[in-house]
Amino acid sequence: MTATRDKFGRPIVVVTGMGIVTSLGAGKTDNWKKLTAGESGIRTITRFPTDGLKTTMAGTIDFVAVEPFSSTDLSERLADIATEEAIAQSAIGSKGEFPGPLFLAVAPVEVEWPQRLELGRATGQTDIDYDALLRVSGGGRFKPYHRRFLFGSVADYLAGKFGTKGSPISLSTACASGATAIQLGVEAIRRGEADAALCVATEGTVNPEALVRFSLLSALSTHNEPPQAASKPFSKNRDGFVMAEGAGALVLESYEAAMARGARILGVVAGCGELTDSFHRTRSSPDGKPIIGCVRKTLADAGMTSEQVDYINAHGTATPENDKMEYLGISAVFGERAKQIPVSSNKSMVGHTISAAGAVEAIFSLLTLEHQRIPPTINYEIPDPAIPFDVVPNTARDARVTAVMSNSFGFGGQNASLILTREPL
Amino acid sequence: MTETKSSSPGSAEVWITGIGLATSLGEGLDANWDALNARRINVDQKGFAPYIVHPFAPVNLDAQIPKKGDQRQMEAWQRIGTYAAGLALASAGVKGNKEILGRMDMVIAAGGGERDLAVDCNILNLEAKGNCAPGFLNERLMNDLRPTLFLAQLSNLLAGNIAIVHGVSGTSRTFMGEEAASIDAARIALARIAGGQSDIALIGGSQNGERKDLLVLYEYADFNLKDKFVPVWARQENPGFALGSAGAFLVIESRAHAEARGAKPYARLTNVIADLARRKHPGEVTQSLQQLWSKLGKLEGKGAIITGATGAEPVTSEERAFLSQHADFAVRATGTMFGHTMETQFPLGLGLAALSISRSALFPPNDPTGLEIEMPQPPTQIIVVGAGHWRGEGMALVEAVK
Repeated sequence: MTATRDKFGRPIVVVTGMGIVTSLGAGKTDNWKKLTAGESGIRTITRFPTDGLKTTMAGTIDFVAVEPFSSTDLSERLADIATEEAIAQSAIGSKGEFPGPLFLAVAPVEVEWPQRLELGRATGQTDIDYDALLRVSGGGRFKPYHRRFLFGSVADYLAGKFGTKGSPISLSTACASGATAIQLGVEAIRRGEADAALCVATEGTVNPEALVRFSLLSALSTHNEPPQAASKPFSKNRDGFVMAEGAGALVLESYEAAMARGARILGVVAGCGELTDSFHRTRSSPDGKPIIGCVRKTLADAGMTSEQVDYINAHGTATPENDKMEYLGISAVFGERAKQIPVSSNKSMVGHTISAAGAVEAIFSLLTLEHQRIPPTINYEIPDPAIPFDVVPNTARDARVTAVMSNSFGFGGQNASLILTREPL
Repeated sequence: MTETKSSSPGSAEVWITGIGLATSLGEGLDANWDALNARRINVDQKGFAPYIVHPFAPVNLDAQIPKKGDQRQMEAWQRIGTYAAGLALASAGVKGNKEILGRMDMVIAAGGGERDLAVDCNILNLEAKGNCAPGFLNERLMNDLRPTLFLAQLSNLLAGNIAIVHGVSGTSRTFMGEEAASIDAARIALARIAGGQSDIALIGGSQNGERKDLLVLYEYADFNLKDKFVPVWARQENPGFALGSAGAFLVIESRAHAEARGAKPYARLTNVIADLARRKHPGEVTQSLQQLWSKLGKLEGKGAIITGATGAEPVTSEERAFLSQHADFAVRATGTMFGHTMETQFPLGLGLAALSISRSALFPPNDPTGLEIEMPQPPTQIIVVGAGHWRGEGMALVEAVK
């Protein structure tokens, strides 16, 4: 066994490039500064009228112009910006030639209301049905919408621009998507299929129907004023998550390939794990077994014990259910240490970037390792006695951090966790 | 571009041990096999005229989705898929086996987004009549959308429903991206098993073709077959695809895992490879398919090809040019018999390839142009081809177990 392989004989997978966009800003520098200052990116929605909505705030990204707006166009732009930053930092390949596959976490794509209304108007009728829409859809007038609203369209664009190799994979595992994209990259490198992988996760979904959908499931915070105080993970008065936009991109490489080209190593993806919950479409199994199993599988994949993890970057959505279940799962695995180990939620500041969250939070975890500073959980004013985590309340904290666990738990029973370390173990 | 590498040499042999088909031709292997041999095709040329779709053949949903509450939580595409997934698990002999299901991988190719057409049209009409106050759209959506419709639209909730209904709860990954998604689902599941990262996986997809909202998406670029049904190879003058309705799922596992539990194989899944031609210039798809062919593995002559060719252009003509270089192979286009089931077409092809090998016969041609030829000898190798209507090319090699 050489030093480029882990204790299981698999190639060690390292991170050599990272790019990020969130409601806090574009780029690692700006994001890290604001995140560790405890700033919130949540604001009142101005992109569309919010009359009649119960939730009127979100972590929108308004500094990236997309006109006319579609969530898929914004997702593509955000992914593009994050990927540019990641590849530039990694200095891998050459312009337009990334030497490996693309794994993209992206929200399910669909025709959106501006385009549907445009089609409706094209009928010139006031008794529109789908037959009428179909009659005006063809003939070339709306041809770009076919490409735009294919599920594979964002990956197709990124693969073309960055020159990734082979068939790009677009995936959705709900709120765990970003972690799954990283996991697919890790697995491909471990199998020896690739020396490098581009793992991107993006979310641009703050539009009226998406907001209404989550609102109808009673998943969103309605704490609209002030919007910065809406996302309250682990607090007793938490009342739901806050939708947010963002993107994260990571260049993964085998340690061997990265060292061979003299790349700067930003961190190691030491382990990944996933376990499906078959209990309910939106709720976790009350016994927490799938979360517990997911965390244990991740530790086992990294060949580590829970004692070796010294910070948990929580899923921490601030829904009553998630935060309770996350404590149950972590305390079952970490025992008494669950009350001592720092556990903070980036979502208190950037909101829940849904498909992107797993990658965005993996990047924040790697920045935590780099800066040896733990970002806080803000809006933590009323502790929930049922969740006695050390949430790093309201203020960032310097700490010695060698290994971070980042958790993602989503609708449809999707649980995925990652363990990130500074150095190969 | 270089193709994505598949499993490494010397890696674990992977078998197809379960096949679940619920299609426009019926449910189960026998019903589909009999229909293929009778050259029966189920198309609806009136209900969506001028468009043509292949309607789903009714099934007794209770047989695979026993709880009515579960059925109500799904839209048709999820019900079709959850049903077919149950058939595949039963076919593999693992249905209800909690120990195996609890560690089974699931890699699903999914679309999603089934709309509530009445809600959409009501909003469009109110808007056309001058309702344009701020918040008008919000108010209608808040009042008119069923709270659980979202869950029936989410791509990853096909996998979620399969987990809930059938208990498949090892890992769960949903790939999106039309035809290529299912090629990659098979490719990744195979690579994981071949590489020792997994023992057993459920792969597949489903589509409900009886959807006007889906027709709109493809009509934007004039991809729908109109006016008259003709087989895939006879559509050059009037190109397009007829949306199909099907669920197609496979259980694949390592030979060692199958043998240890006494499972019999339908066939071996030897290789799955995929690529993405940019399609900026004529001939790129032909070239991409030819390159994939050269990397599939050792091919005997006079084999068979099951293709998901769509009938859309220019890709179908490009694929025809590729096929003409392998004229000794018996070709079957599933698009003729089943319509274009998008994410489901590739697992459907894999399932039919494994079924043909296990039954020592290829089903007969169904093609007036003569491109599809008879195959008198039992197939031992079948190449499954998928070239997406817009993007993505892939291929699999399915072989008899030696």
